[in-house]
Amino acid sequence: MSFQAVLIAPFTEFEFMRRALAAVVALSLGGAPIGVFLMLRRMSLIGDAMAHAILPGAAIGFLLSGLNLFAMTAGGLVAGFAVALLAGVVARSTGLKEDTSIATFYLTSLALGVTIVSIKGSNIDLLHVLFGNILAMDDQTLLLVAINATITMLVLAVIYRPLVIESVDPLFLRTVSGASAPAHLMFLALVVINLVSGFQALGTLLAVGLMILPAGISRFWSRDVTGMICIAALSAIVSGYAGLVLSFQTHVPSGPAIILVAALLYLGSVLFGRSGGVVRQMFPAPHLEA
Amino acid sequence: MPVQLQFRDVTLGYDRHPAVHHLSGEIGAGALLAVVGPNGAGKSTLFRGIIGVLKPLTGSISLGGVDIRDIAYLPQVTDIDRSFPISVFDFVGTGLWRATGFFGGIGKAQREQIDRALLAVGLTGFENRNIGTLSGGQFQRLLFARVLLQDARLIVLDEPFNAIDFRTAADLLALVKRWHAEGRTVLAALHDMDLVRTHFPETLLLAREAVAWGATAQALTSEHLEEARRMCEAFDDSAAACVADIPQRAA
Repeated sequence: MSFQAVLIAPFTEFEFMRRALAAVVALSLGGAPIGVFLMLRRMSLIGDAMAHAILPGAAIGFLLSGLNLFAMTAGGLVAGFAVALLAGVVARSTGLKEDTSIATFYLTSLALGVTIVSIKGSNIDLLHVLFGNILAMDDQTLLLVAINATITMLVLAVIYRPLVIESVDPLFLRTVSGASAPAHLMFLALVVINLVSGFQALGTLLAVGLMILPAGISRFWSRDVTGMICIAALSAIVSGYAGLVLSFQTHVPSGPAIILVAALLYLGSVLFGRSGGVVRQMFPAPHLEA
Repeated sequence: MPVQLQFRDVTLGYDRHPAVHHLSGEIGAGALLAVVGPNGAGKSTLFRGIIGVLKPLTGSISLGGVDIRDIAYLPQVTDIDRSFPISVFDFVGTGLWRATGFFGGIGKAQREQIDRALLAVGLTGFENRNIGTLSGGQFQRLLFARVLLQDARLIVLDEPFNAIDFRTAADLLALVKRWHAEGRTVLAALHDMDLVRTHFPETLLLAREAVAWGATAQALTSEHLEEARRMCEAFDDSAAACVADIPQRAA
């Protein structure tokens, strides 16, 4: 098998592979910067929690109108926003920390969702919900993922400065500007729409994967936010592409294949990363004079 | 002297327990006021009330026409995430927020402003380092540089000279005096009485209530300090609701 046959032919020959690649690039561009901020704000696990919170919403949509993209997306968005906003409001207006606050809301919403699903159970459809299927991207879904990525980048450009300041020194931003709470809430909203995108492609359980793993990778290669975002987006795209090829050639399910490739890149970064990698720490360059 | 800050029977506290109790008085524009008192006297709480982070339980604080966003505040304990990957230059630059806002560019003029602020606090050469690499004293200088750029009419410093060496303290004190000379109102919570006596014309001696307030020499007498020390720090959980709406001590 030639180089070209393995790496390029799947995409030139099959439309579903091209669609999958387009989806994964859009997911990467939107999700990676969000993942970097989740990581820097120590909210990585909160992203995971919110991904679970989307499931019951999508399940309600599924219950009402079957495997319908718009019903399930709308349900997921509503559930995600409700959890994100309520948790954000509770954390800001009471002394409760945001992680605890989000955990309570997502657990409630998860329990509610499972109850609803149990009313009308259909295992095969549920598997689709849980693990997504990036190889079955129809026009609507692809458009949804692309629109979400576009919105993410535009909104992030608007709230970038307050978001950075809010991440470093929240009290300072509160004393000089009223932008603190809106920036935070808009960021949570971006997390939700990216999870909904990821949910379509990778399913509930892995949706957050293309956000957090690339962010983790970027931490080992850059010491500033801009560099991290670029590296995260790039490594997400590389993982997506390599994962699709791997999945095509070996019949490993595509979602897990993408995340596993990202995990390999992460492992490599932990070991050999320029900024704080293990090997680098074991063999440090000689210290400087001053 | 016009009034910069006016406290009208202000009680600030947590869970109904007063940390600052029935405080009334005024601070003139351009004042250089030291706020002293034992630990738990309510100094930080008072400052948090001034910058609007903490709402008074009763009473009100008026800011004499200064927008609440036009107060530069240096907290005693910052919840700054020092592991966040941001350079000294960018961090200090956030002090220009009121001028730049969401999108305002950092042009040549702003870069020079930031460079001057770093020079003033002795952090020239640190521009490209991440804030996590600074020592405690250097970090305090960094925060002063940001206050400098905020160009605020009212500056509130909560224990700004704690745990820093003599030289750094002297440098930063020089900045405080410069702000005073520029006509800004400066409030600073302090523990070093000699420093207060030498450099701060006015003093508020706080022990939940105002024990003394006025010219430093008259405020910091040994009787007043003794009275402040007698303040009971602990909250009384079985305390009855406070009915005295009249200020205990007018300043």
